[in-house]
Amino acid sequence: MTQFFTIVDYVMSLPIIMLTLFALGILLMDLMVPAQWKWTNAVTAMVGIFFSAAAILFRTQRGLTMARLSAQSAYMNSMLVDHFTIYFWYLFLAGAAITVLMSVRYMEIEHEHHGEFYALILFSVVGMMCMAAGMDIVLIFIGLELMAISTYVLVGFLRRDRRSNEAALKYLLLGAFSSGIFAYGLSLFYGLTGSTNLLIIAKRLAEHPGKPSAIAVIALLTTATGLLFKIAAIPFHQWAPDAYEGAPTSVTGFMSVAVKAAAWAMLLRIFLWGLYPLRSVWVPLLVFVSVITMTGANLAALTQNNLKRLLAYSSIAHVGYMLLGLVALGSVDYPAPAFFDGFKGILLYLLVYTFMNLGAFGVITSLRQRDVIGDEIDDIAGLYFRAPTESILMLIFLLSLAGIPPLAGFYGKYFIFLSLIESRHYILASLAVLYAVFGLYYYMRIANQMFMREALDNTRLPVSFGMKVGLGITAFATVVIGIFPEPFIRTVTWSLGIALSAPVAALMR
Amino acid sequence: MVPITTLHYLVVAAALFVLGVIGVLTRRNVVIVLMSIELILNAVNLNLVAFSRLYGLHGQVFAIFVITDAAAEAAVGLGILIAFFRNKETVNVDEVDLLKW
Repeated sequence: MTQFFTIVDYVMSLPIIMLTLFALGILLMDLMVPAQWKWTNAVTAMVGIFFSAAAILFRTQRGLTMARLSAQSAYMNSMLVDHFTIYFWYLFLAGAAITVLMSVRYMEIEHEHHGEFYALILFSVVGMMCMAAGMDIVLIFIGLELMAISTYVLVGFLRRDRRSNEAALKYLLLGAFSSGIFAYGLSLFYGLTGSTNLLIIAKRLAEHPGKPSAIAVIALLTTATGLLFKIAAIPFHQWAPDAYEGAPTSVTGFMSVAVKAAAWAMLLRIFLWGLYPLRSVWVPLLVFVSVITMTGANLAALTQNNLKRLLAYSSIAHVGYMLLGLVALGSVDYPAPAFFDGFKGILLYLLVYTFMNLGAFGVITSLRQRDVIGDEIDDIAGLYFRAPTESILMLIFLLSLAGIPPLAGFYGKYFIFLSLIESRHYILASLAVLYAVFGLYYYMRIANQMFMREALDNTRLPVSFGMKVGLGITAFATVVIGIFPEPFIRTVTWSLGIALSAPVAALMR
Repeated sequence: MVPITTLHYLVVAAALFVLGVIGVLTRRNVVIVLMSIELILNAVNLNLVAFSRLYGLHGQVFAIFVITDAAAEAAVGLGILIAFFRNKETVNVDEVDLLKW
């Protein structure tokens, strides 16, 4: 009998299997749990995330170290577990864990505290893990859809709230549309190269140097459209502000960090591993997209009065900065320093962004009370007098988002600007710095409301235990990464491992 | 008689894809927009199956996954649409106007 899968495959995918089992377990247990014990589902979800992280640390990662490998492919090369994958897996789990902590009280207030919420969060993390680990476009597509469909439901989770319904409907229509375009591009690449594996696609594309054929350009454009939709870059950003505003606030936080990081992992995998030979086409495209993304998002954010919408535009602007890192690393040849600094910049940016943005959304989540929706800019007015600790944490997150030096946000921007200068994109670098100043204006507008205005009601803001833990972790990480960036930069450099290893490096040259 | 080659399938798939995109962009009714999205995904399936005549089974396996995904997407889409209809009594996209700018 032929054996298709060996124990190695299962060890490499153990974190994913673990998380799936826990998600199914939550669905089953939810049927037996009485209404006032629904918070136990959150505990189960946390345990699942913990076990999955332990499986990465003690099985997958140790397995790689013991075998002295920098990468291990599994399931007949459709999955590749390398340091890049493991880095993103930890990032998704951290984002999901903090989201679960921040959701418990919020979902209770909304009277929608069902076990499915936590199961869907875990399922979407399973999808993200498949996206980060995927080396085969089939696995990447399935992971993308698993994540996206779970997120559609999460966005529409407040069934009785019109804004939530509407956000879910818009997100679903545009998301499914973009997935369809993306899949069309992938099918054309399959037709061009005869393989669904990214490395083989890259090899076949590299066999025809010179000007790429028209069909290759169409395939690239449709694939890139799908990818840019998923990371919400202008001109494909229309769903983002609507979905972010209507979704339950904790889900908005989750979408803006984990879902976005997963889309970035997929984008980097496809552009750097699969479509690297076509970079003469996608680099100019990304220059255009990143410039209009920074311009449009920063200008639109200036006039927003809804906090979630303002942060949605700010997150689109951050995507613009990250795209500049990809421009820098695509426009130099493989071993140049700009290549590594751009790569490091994107990964570090995603790491610090996870913590600072989740923290900011956490503070907004805590504004939701029994009779206050709490997502307009007036609702945060005078927060300093109602909840001094939360308002100071919010100030830290906002300053970090703006990229003020002693905080984490600075280092993400630092490496991106560095790589831009190393790759001689002086105009793009100055534009990016200019727009960062714009950013300071709208972030400080929130801070101004918190500290300089009278509160509408002067009652103290109650903050749940889970929220306190979540805010504590995010604020701690934001400050520590800012003051001691050294170990984190080393982690990011470690996660580039495979880019340095021989077979892939040979492809990239 | 002209023999049917891979190119013929690709032309049909491209036509389906363009029709689907036009449908998504111009139709008012959400149900028809969802149907247009199915059309795009079927264009993908046709492409994959046509190419798998040349390259082996990978394309057909991918097509089965795309079919599964289309079913899941339609189910969730109609569920969300029902939740929306209960609160708003409409299925027209141009009346979905609570969130803007």
